[in-house]
Amino acid sequence: MKAKTREQSLSDSRELDGSYDQLTGNPPSSQSKKTIKQRFLKLLPCCQPSATPSVSQYSIEDDFELSTVCYRPEGLEKLLEQTKFTKKELQILYRGFKNECPSGVVNEETFKLIYSQFFPQGDSSTYAHFLFDAFDTQKNGSVSFEDFVAGLSIILRGSINDRLNWAFNLYDLNKDGCITKEEMTDIMKSIYDMMGKCTYPSMKETAPSEHVENFFQKMDRNKDGVVTIDEFIESCQKDENIMQSMQLFDNVI
Amino acid sequence: MAAGVAAWLPFARAAAIGWMPVANCPMPVAPRDHGKRQDELIILNVSGRRFQTWRTTLDRYPDTLLGSSEKEFFYNEETKEYFFDRDPDAFRSILNFYRTGKLHYPRHECISAYDEELAFFGIIPEIIGDCCYEEYKDRKRENAERLMDDQEENKDNKLPNMNFRETMWRAFENPHTSTMALVFYYVTGFFIAISVITNVVETVPCGSTPNQKDVPCGERYTVAFFCMDTACVMIFTVEYLMRLFAAPSRYRFMRSVMSIIDVVAILPYYIGLVMTNNEDVSGAFVTLRVFRVFRIFKFSRHSQGLRILGYTLKSCASELGFLLFSLTMAIIIFATVMFYAEKGSSSSKFTSIPASFWYTIVTMTTLGYGDMVPKTIAGKIFGSICSLSGVLVIALPVPVIVSNFSRIYHQNQRADKRRAQKKARLARIRVVKTGMSSAFLHNKRNGLFNELLELPCSEEVEQHLSKTASLLESQHHHLLHCLEKTTAHEFVDEQLYEQNCREGAVQSYPSCSPSLSSQEGPTGTCCTHQARKNPLPDASVPPTCQGALQELSAVHIQCSDQPALSTSRSSLNMKLDDTSRLNCKSGLITTAIISIPTPPAVSPEGDSQPLTSPSMQTIASSNAVKVSTL
Repeated sequence: MKAKTREQSLSDSRELDGSYDQLTGNPPSSQSKKTIKQRFLKLLPCCQPSATPSVSQYSIEDDFELSTVCYRPEGLEKLLEQTKFTKKELQILYRGFKNECPSGVVNEETFKLIYSQFFPQGDSSTYAHFLFDAFDTQKNGSVSFEDFVAGLSIILRGSINDRLNWAFNLYDLNKDGCITKEEMTDIMKSIYDMMGKCTYPSMKETAPSEHVENFFQKMDRNKDGVVTIDEFIESCQKDENIMQSMQLFDNVI
Repeated sequence: MAAGVAAWLPFARAAAIGWMPVANCPMPVAPRDHGKRQDELIILNVSGRRFQTWRTTLDRYPDTLLGSSEKEFFYNEETKEYFFDRDPDAFRSILNFYRTGKLHYPRHECISAYDEELAFFGIIPEIIGDCCYEEYKDRKRENAERLMDDQEENKDNKLPNMNFRETMWRAFENPHTSTMALVFYYVTGFFIAISVITNVVETVPCGSTPNQKDVPCGERYTVAFFCMDTACVMIFTVEYLMRLFAAPSRYRFMRSVMSIIDVVAILPYYIGLVMTNNEDVSGAFVTLRVFRVFRIFKFSRHSQGLRILGYTLKSCASELGFLLFSLTMAIIIFATVMFYAEKGSSSSKFTSIPASFWYTIVTMTTLGYGDMVPKTIAGKIFGSICSLSGVLVIALPVPVIVSNFSRIYHQNQRADKRRAQKKARLARIRVVKTGMSSAFLHNKRNGLFNELLELPCSEEVEQHLSKTASLLESQHHHLLHCLEKTTAHEFVDEQLYEQNCREGAVQSYPSCSPSLSSQEGPTGTCCTHQARKNPLPDASVPPTCQGALQELSAVHIQCSDQPALSTSRSSLNMKLDDTSRLNCKSGLITTAIISIPTPPAVSPEGDSQPLTSPSMQTIASSNAVKVSTL
C-alpha cells in the first residue's frame, strides 16, 4: 500500500467533506498551498497598503487544521471616527457580530441564514441578498465589520436624507443611479415573499406589481419610467408617512 | 430565537428601512426601551466559584431561571451577587448555553445529576446540541433501563391478592418462588432430556439377530419407545395447557416463541397418531418425526444462556443478513469462475455451476473436504484466491455479532449482580433508618422515664439531653411526638411489634391495667374500649403481619426501638401496645418519597371473627408506609 503524503491525504479528506477555503472558494491545492494563498490574500482590499498597519491580519493555521482566515477590524478609534456610534455601542455591536461570525466576516449564506431567523414564515433570502449587496460596499462577496457598522451608522444615526439615500441605493440593484420598473418589481416581490403564504387577505399574484404601479405613480414625476435619486428624495420628503417612519430608526440601538 | 441571532435584531430592524418608502400606510409605533440600562456585568457565585457575564447574555432566554426575575430570589445584598448553592462544574455548561446558544452535555457528568441541574435552572434538555444529543439520549436510556429493571423486580414480588390463575402463572415464570414450581420446573426439564435422548437412541443400531441386518433400537423395541414418547408428550401437553390456562393474555401467549416451540414439539406425535394407518403419507409421517428434535429448544426456558444466544441472533439480524448476502455473492462468483476454469479438464467433478457451489462453500469456510479438487492450473489459482477471500468475508461481520452478544451477556450479568446486591443494600438502608427511629424512641424513653419517675427535670439533665440531640433532631422528634399525641398511639420497635402480634394471638384477652401506664389517657381509654368489645381484636394480625413485614421490595419502616426498651418497658404495661400496633404509622423518612396511603378507618373492634380476614391483611400492609429510596 502506497503511503500517501500527509498533505495529500488531508486534502483528499477535505475534498470529501467539501471544505473549501473561505476566501478563495477553491479547494486547497496540495503543494503550493501557502504561497498561492499568501499571494492571493495580498490582493485583498483589506490588505491594501492604504490601510493602517493595525488592519486586517490574517493567520493561516497549521497543516492539521483547516486553514481559516481571521479578519480583524480596524481599531476602535478609527471606527469611532468613521461612524456615529458611541464606544459602548460599537462594543456591543462587535460582540454580537463576532459571536455569530467568529471569523470576522459574513458571507452571503450566513447573512441569509441570520436574516431568515427573523422571518420564519416566509422566504427572506431574496431580500437578504439585496441587503447583502447594499452592505457590501466593496463588492468582495463578504461583509466585514466595518461595512456592517458603516451601513448601520447611516441607517440608525444618519440624517433623513442619508437614510433615503441608503434606501435608494438598496433599490437600485445595478447601481446605475435610477430605479427601473423591473428593479422595483424584484424588490417588491422579495418583500412580499417574506410574508409567506398564510396572510389575511390571501396574497394575490398581482399584489406586488400593483404595489409597484402605485409606487411609480407616486415617485415618478416626469413619467419617464424610471425614478432617479432626486425624484425619489423629493417625493419622499413630501410624503408624511415616509417621513414619520424614518424617525423609527432613531431608537433602534 | 438563538442567542447570537438576538444580538442581530438591531440589524434586522435597521434593514427594515427598505420597506419604508414603499409602504402605503403609516408604520406602527415602536416599543420604547424603558429604563434603558447600560449593559452591566452580573456576578454569579456558584458554591464559591464566581462567574461573570453580561446581563443581556442572561436575558436572551427569559423563560429560564437566570433569564427571568426568579434569580432575584438568590440575590445577596451584602455581596451584590447572585449565590447558588449548586455544582459549579455543571454550571459551566449551563452558562455556556446562554453564551453560545448551544447546550452541551459533558460526558464525565452523571446523567441524573445533570438532569437535576437543568431542571433547577429551568432549561429543557431537548435543546441539547446535535453534537451531544446522541450521547445524552444513550446515557438516559441506559439509566432508565436500569431503573426499570429494578422496578420490574419489585413487581415480581407477591401481591397479597392473587388468585389461583395468577399464582400459577407466576410459578411458571419464576420457578424459584415456590417449591411446587421448582419441582415442576425440574420435572419438565428431566422429561425434555428424556425425550431428546429417546429420539437419539431410537436410531442407534442395537444388537443384530443372525438372519437380519442391524436394526435400529427404535424398530426393535417399538412398544417401549412408543410408551416413552407418549409419556413425554402427555407431560408436555399438560404443561402447555396449564400455561395456556394461566397466561394473563392468552392470545399473546399463543403468539410467543416459546409456546410455538411447545406446539411444534408435541404436534408430530398427534399427527402421527392420526395418520398411522395411511400408507401414502407414511413418508411424510417419517419427516414429521424430525420435528421432534425441536423439543430440545424447550430447554431455553431452563437455560438463560440459550435465551441470550437467541436474543443476540435476533438483534444481530442485520449483520447476519449481510454476512449471508456477501457470502452468497462470493459463492456465485467463485463457482462460476471455477466451473469455467475446470471446464476443460477431463473427468472434472465441476459438472455445472450449482455443482461448483459445494466446492466454493467448502473452500471459503476453509473446510476443504477434498471430494472436489481443481486440476487445472487456472482452477488452482482461483481456488486459492477463493479460500483467502472466504476467510476475509467471514471474519468481517463476526466481531459485530460477538460484541453484541458480549454486551447483552454483560447486561444480564449486571442485572443478576444488582439483584444480589440489592438485598444487602436494602438491609443496610434499613439499619440506618432503624437507627434514626431508634434515636427518637431513645430520647422519648429518656424523657418519659423522667416523667414516670417524677424526677424533677433538673437543668443538668435537660442540658444533657439537649446536647446529645442536635436542633434538627430535636425538632424532628418533637414533630413525631406531636403526631403521637394526635393519634393517641405510639411508635414502637419492630421486634416488639412482632412479638406482640404473636402474643396477641395466643392470649385470650389483653390484660390491660391502665394504672401503671406511663402513657396518657388515650391509649388507656383505647384499651378499655377494647376490653369492652371483642377480646381478640387482633388475633388475625399475626400471620399477616409477619408476611407484611417480610416484604423486601420496599423498605417498610416499622418503628423500631432498642431491645432494651422492651425490658425497661416491661415494667410498664406492654400489652397495651397491642392495640397501638394496628395503627402504627411509620416513623422517619428523610430523603425518600413518602407515599402514605390513607389508612382506612380501623375498627378492629368490629371484627367479630378472630381468624384472618382479608381486610385485616390489607389494613396491616397498607398502614405500613412504603418507602423506596431513589
